[in-house]
Amino acid sequence: MEKKQTPLGYVSFSVFAWIVGLLIFFPIFWMVLTSFKSELEAVSIPPSFISFDWTLENYAEVQERSNYFKFAMNSVILAVGSTLVGLVFAVTCAWAMAFNPTKRTKDALLWMLSTKMMPPVGVLVPIYLMFRDWGLLDTRFGLIMVLFLMNLPIMVWMLYTYFKEIPTDILEAARMDGATLPKEIIFVLLPMAVPGIASTMLLNVILAWNEAFWTLNLTTSDAAPLTAFIASYSSPEGLFWAKLSAASTLAVAPILVIGWFSQKQLVRGLTFGAVK
Amino acid sequence: MKRVMGAALCALLAGGIAHANAETKLTIATVNNGDMIRMQKLTDDFTSKNPDISLEWVTLEENTLRQRVTTDIATKGGQYDVMTIGTYEVPIWAEKGWLAPLDNLGSDYDVDDLMPAIRSAVSNDGNLYAAPFYGESSMMMYRTDLFEEAGIEINGRLTWDQTLEIAKKLHKPDEGVYGICLRGKAGWGENMALISTMGNAYGARWFDEEWKPTFDGDAWKDALEMYTNILGNYGPPGATSNGFNENLSLFNSGKCGMWIDATVAASFVTNPKESKVADKVGFTEAPCAVTCTGANWLWAWNLGIPMGSQKVEAAQKFISWATSKAYLELVASKEGWANVPPGTRMSLYENPKYLEAAPFADETLLAIDSADPINSTLEPKPYVGVQFAAIPEFQGIGTTVGQQFSAALAGQMSVEQALSAAQSSTDRTMRKAGYY
Repeated sequence: MEKKQTPLGYVSFSVFAWIVGLLIFFPIFWMVLTSFKSELEAVSIPPSFISFDWTLENYAEVQERSNYFKFAMNSVILAVGSTLVGLVFAVTCAWAMAFNPTKRTKDALLWMLSTKMMPPVGVLVPIYLMFRDWGLLDTRFGLIMVLFLMNLPIMVWMLYTYFKEIPTDILEAARMDGATLPKEIIFVLLPMAVPGIASTMLLNVILAWNEAFWTLNLTTSDAAPLTAFIASYSSPEGLFWAKLSAASTLAVAPILVIGWFSQKQLVRGLTFGAVK
Repeated sequence: MKRVMGAALCALLAGGIAHANAETKLTIATVNNGDMIRMQKLTDDFTSKNPDISLEWVTLEENTLRQRVTTDIATKGGQYDVMTIGTYEVPIWAEKGWLAPLDNLGSDYDVDDLMPAIRSAVSNDGNLYAAPFYGESSMMMYRTDLFEEAGIEINGRLTWDQTLEIAKKLHKPDEGVYGICLRGKAGWGENMALISTMGNAYGARWFDEEWKPTFDGDAWKDALEMYTNILGNYGPPGATSNGFNENLSLFNSGKCGMWIDATVAASFVTNPKESKVADKVGFTEAPCAVTCTGANWLWAWNLGIPMGSQKVEAAQKFISWATSKAYLELVASKEGWANVPPGTRMSLYENPKYLEAAPFADETLLAIDSADPINSTLEPKPYVGVQFAAIPEFQGIGTTVGQQFSAALAGQMSVEQALSAAQSSTDRTMRKAGYY
């Protein structure tokens, strides 16, 4: 029997949820606020909350010093490109593992995930040498490959979980109706797994957008995304918080907007199975 | 049709080749600080004089830059044509043959005008392997109003014991003023830069002549006891998190009676746009103890060319422009003499316009002149560097020792325990590396 929630319980839960929500959101709010302060106000103690001289000079300086749109365009290409390439491999891989498992499937899945446990810096030099020899340093293609391979285990795992919930009978029925393997995947499996695929894609875009190790180490200028843009505003000597905040605000703005509009899809995909 | 396409292709190729001939693109890796950003803004002056060369800037945070350029130069990746490197890297990389010698900087470059200490720090076997863009030492910045209020006068160079007494007098945490601000954040370029100079002043050295660490000696004990006492008792709370920028913020907010750090900070603390105490700052040399040798550090950001670069000639042209006397005049004409990159050329400190615009010029010159990377300890040493030892292992050693000393400052271990841990960890690393 479902336990009915009391009004007090509802209010307490709401207050708690709001507190957690605000705590999580506070750093972003503070970053945006700092981006409108002067450098001196950004580091003043105690910090001023609203009552300071609001200024756009940091945004102007960031615009003057860096070509934001070049970095943003690279971020979009890398995030979307690596996601699309990853999806092709992840869907086929997850299909095989979900519907045609062998006794080694579980081990293979765990092994794939274990590759995420290795610190990336451990393979920096070999990958750097491969990139150098193949002429892939500072190219979007090279980075798309790295990002796609880096996120592939997570994509396969997520899709495998969704596919597992799709009854095999439906696919078998399609086969009996004469569907070939590509048709079975494209016209039967994928439409049923849309929420799962959408959330996998969104998560992958976010992961690729925020990736800062490989994007900093394998690029110089042509393929440098927004992570490199942000990194250029941190300074060892001199005040930089306000300018760094302005650069960071500009860098997270697109992904924040995408996340905001697609949050329903993302949450549904992450919390519900494929077939209800 | 085929002919037309062939002709178009030839035209495209010819255009491409002509374009390639017309422009050499230099990729420059640089650190984000005021002087470097200013140089980026003045790029047009260089490109107008050298229309066949274009510049692509890659600005990075110091640690990221160090990791990026080290990976690139060690693997001969060839991603950068000009690299911004510190005085720590130059002798090591030059020794390994990773840097191209700067032997064609032009007849009007006036290499003899470079400050001797800085020039020596970026040379190897008499050859220049990087050109200094700006240089710094360390000195004390203090609040003249608080000194006056407390009746303190500075006569001659202070000792650390005298500095401790002054810190006691100035320390009024209830009024939001701490006696002294010093670096406490762990790292070879953070707390260890300062503590190494303190060690030098107390007669210590990183390694003896046989490359054995010397943390088990009395000199290091005296230095570390003074450091933990003065900063722990008369410094700001949470000092273990404070590096250059944190202390700069504290000093500019009027919360530090004294601050011993890089001479380059002088231009920040006297800038009314950044500092609340801009007109109340005095400067004096860093304190001594049993000796003044090595009591202040020496550092410079320099421009060097990796051996793998295919554009050495164009890169030398750029470096010559960026580190020349003419560049200093260019900055002065656009941004004023106070914004000229300091600490590299002697002629700058003979220029009355600069001396007038920069009230800290005399102390900066004094500090840089007195720092010698070769003779920086009371007893002889086998390494080059004042606040570091220019060996590849030092980054790891310095950071580990910095963590142990930071723990001593936080009270997590005693001074004796920190020194003992530093001795054993450094000894282990040096043995492994085959020094003895």
